[in-house]
Amino acid sequence: MISIFPSLLSGAVITLQLLVSSMFFGLIIGLIFAILRINKNPIINKFAYGYSYFFRGTPLLVQLYLIYYGLANIELLRNSFFWVIIKEPYWCAIIAFSLNTGAYTSEILRSAFQTIKKGYIEAAQSLGVTKKITFYRIQLPIAIKQSLPAYGNEIILMLKGTSLASVITIMDLMGEARKVNVLTFKPFEAFITAGIIYLFITFIIHNIIKYLEKKYGFQT
Amino acid sequence: MNVIKNIFLTVLLSLFLISTSSADKIKIGTEGAYPPWNSKDASGKLIGFEVELAWTLCRYIGQQCEIVEQDWDGMIPALTSKKFDAIMAGMSITDERMKTINFSQGYADEVASLAVMKGSDLEGIDTPEAVNLNLGGSSVNKAMKTLTSALSGKTVCTQIGTIHQNFLESGDVGKINLKTYKTQDEVNLDLSNGRCDVALAAAVAFTDYAEKSGDAVVLVGPTFSGGAFGNGVGVGIRKDDTKLLKAFNKAIDKARKDGHISRIAIKWFGFDASM
Repeated sequence: MISIFPSLLSGAVITLQLLVSSMFFGLIIGLIFAILRINKNPIINKFAYGYSYFFRGTPLLVQLYLIYYGLANIELLRNSFFWVIIKEPYWCAIIAFSLNTGAYTSEILRSAFQTIKKGYIEAAQSLGVTKKITFYRIQLPIAIKQSLPAYGNEIILMLKGTSLASVITIMDLMGEARKVNVLTFKPFEAFITAGIIYLFITFIIHNIIKYLEKKYGFQT
Repeated sequence: MNVIKNIFLTVLLSLFLISTSSADKIKIGTEGAYPPWNSKDASGKLIGFEVELAWTLCRYIGQQCEIVEQDWDGMIPALTSKKFDAIMAGMSITDERMKTINFSQGYADEVASLAVMKGSDLEGIDTPEAVNLNLGGSSVNKAMKTLTSALSGKTVCTQIGTIHQNFLESGDVGKINLKTYKTQDEVNLDLSNGRCDVALAAAVAFTDYAEKSGDAVVLVGPTFSGGAFGNGVGVGIRKDDTKLLKAFNKAIDKARKDGHISRIAIKWFGFDASM
């Protein structure tokens, strides 16, 4: 069990890279789509709803296959500039994971925006604060604070989601565990060690979120 | 309340019956995704050389059989944890695997080959037609040298946990960018897509794919055998199951003598791959 640890740790580094990049892009996507969701224009908010409905309603594995094998099957795309990105399994994984977590993040932020008490906004308006400043200085900070617990969960769900990357040849933590399994024929050792490392990462994420909640979250 | 109790008991009883009814059958594990060795038809039924051979061997052993599907990367652990009693999944007999399980005598042997898409710069690679790693010598060394320089820096794709992966990782072909897949289907897909410069598998796996998909997959370089490629394909059996091992060996002897293995092999491979 000790001998397989180094290779699994090198996989864990890839897992963390995947997680951090997709959470970063996912947050940007999520924020944009949350704002589109609360837009009054029905076409814009239906479009944003459609996006989140699709990515929350289909399995992540399906999305990953669709992007990795599906897009690669389109000749037009293969001959275009996009192939540089689609060719790499790593980028396919980040695209799929970002779009997936982006959909969930947009829902988390949307519900946070909608639960902001009208009184706050009315108070700002009565003081003559512009809409833009109201959004950036009042609505957004409150929404982010309110979303923290749910977003912490989303990070942990995404961490577990990254284990799917191994099916498109990425040697992440799960990929390395699978390799140990086929080399040693000892699935228990391989997967229990991987499980412990995942658990340890979850433990760290959980504590960071807890700390942030305590420091910046709402005191009730 | 009585109705619920009855339903509950029926379900429990039927579960019990399902789990015991197959107790005296020989369960054979196969992948169902490595044509023409073993695969599935459009309706999901297992077919292929090994599926047909399995029924023949079971008839000769004189016991009922059941063929079950198992993912390739969990094949040996599934055998050792008694999910089934024998493996017939195009699994080559290698020293590495012999540490964990036993093999019957080989029933078929089939060479491995590299494959590329038509138009690849590897197409003109100049090597002998066949390389047997057991033989060694200057011609094998020279062929390996040619391969090493041709494959250098190339993305080479293969299925995980196979003799082909072992060979590519052995260092005999120098520094390559190795990508491993869960199934051969996925290797074929990415070869067609252009993500792989070249792929390694049983030669028939590529010719079968080229035929069915119509994609311009062509074999290049030598065919490989011996060394990391093992000594033919046999039935994998648990170490302590010596009775079953003997039974399979006897059945294979018989099927070889009466020409069954050859006939089934020609039907599925298009040539006599029996041994």
